[in-house]
Amino acid sequence: MNKQIAGYIQDNSTEIISKWQELMKNEESERSFQVMPDDLMNQTSKEFSDLMVTNLLENHEAYENQLTEFAEKVVRLGWSITFVTKAITHYVEVVYHGMENKGIINEDNVRAFVEEFSNWVTPIRDSTIDTYSKTWERTVSLQKIALQELSASLIPVFDKISVMPLVGTIDTERAKLIMENLLEGVVKHRAEVVLLDITGVPVVDTMVAHHIIQAADAVRLVGAKCMLVGIRPEIAQTIVTLGINLNEFTTTSTLQRGVEQALAWTNREIVEVED
Amino acid sequence: MSNQSSVEILTEWDIVAARQLGRNVAKELGFGTVDQARITTAISELARNIYLYAGQGRIEIQRLTENGVKGILIIAADNGPGIPDIRKVMEDGFSTSGGLGAGLPGVKRLMDDFRIETILGEGTDIRATKWLR
Repeated sequence: MNKQIAGYIQDNSTEIISKWQELMKNEESERSFQVMPDDLMNQTSKEFSDLMVTNLLENHEAYENQLTEFAEKVVRLGWSITFVTKAITHYVEVVYHGMENKGIINEDNVRAFVEEFSNWVTPIRDSTIDTYSKTWERTVSLQKIALQELSASLIPVFDKISVMPLVGTIDTERAKLIMENLLEGVVKHRAEVVLLDITGVPVVDTMVAHHIIQAADAVRLVGAKCMLVGIRPEIAQTIVTLGINLNEFTTTSTLQRGVEQALAWTNREIVEVED
Repeated sequence: MSNQSSVEILTEWDIVAARQLGRNVAKELGFGTVDQARITTAISELARNIYLYAGQGRIEIQRLTENGVKGILIIAADNGPGIPDIRKVMEDGFSTSGGLGAGLPGVKRLMDDFRIETILGEGTDIRATKWLR
């Protein structure tokens, strides 16, 4: 019976593909198919059709490799998973109706064929979804690592003075990491003054402020002073409006001023050398 | 006339998505950097409240035009536990989660108009508007 389906598809592939393309173009939400150049669309459709047939004829393993390849291609093309599952459904519909019209599927064997079709399509759908979710999982975990690499490190700039530049959004997880790195770094570099630079933090809401205040308190406990630098004018206004109290902090607008202040606290200054 | 878009808040990262949306809309409407910061911060506070206290909900951003004045409306809606004492949460320094307690009163000050409706056990609906001057 598998052979019959495959045979039908191979004999009528042009007709099936054109009908299927018609159906896919009518999917309103999917622009990717509508804007695709014709030759690319025909090639992809042919590939898709071949893949569907392969599953009928070959053993599972050969098919699985092909499917992974196909799915990866589709992901690169930017097809959504909804689109691909729709493509599978429509393809099967076209084949089924075609076989019905030709009388290959008739009242006597309809049950067997329905079962056969379902045995054919279910694994395709399952492994497509599987490939997709694996691709996503990989992307997500890679991005998580990339994000962790961005996370704050404490940089010693002068004797007793260290800077921690904060870049990007601060969530709970990163706030923890910042606190750990900060305290470890203060002890390791024997810092007396730590400058937290928030130039690269897009939004300072109460939670971010809360984390910064906590970090500063902890720094004080290990015997160093904390300074908040890089406060942009719009952030300063928002902090004031929110009613966040940063009175216990020394704050400056730029890192440069912060460093000057830190040097003053440690009884040093930068002087120009005269010839 | 209004034009809307929304973000579901399920994880901490959806907060970032919500305020990104708000920032883009605010920018398009022509708000300056200070007001953009105010609007995004307000969205951040409201979205975080949803994430912390209700678990899930939705932030909706609407563009408004009233008597020729443009504005932005933030709607924060959830089906969470509701707020038992609104007067208390609008006081500075009140927090049940050990935070700074500046969230809601802060949002009220950041925006031009602030309305809150809450029913215990059913949820909370907060609407905050900022007009473009």
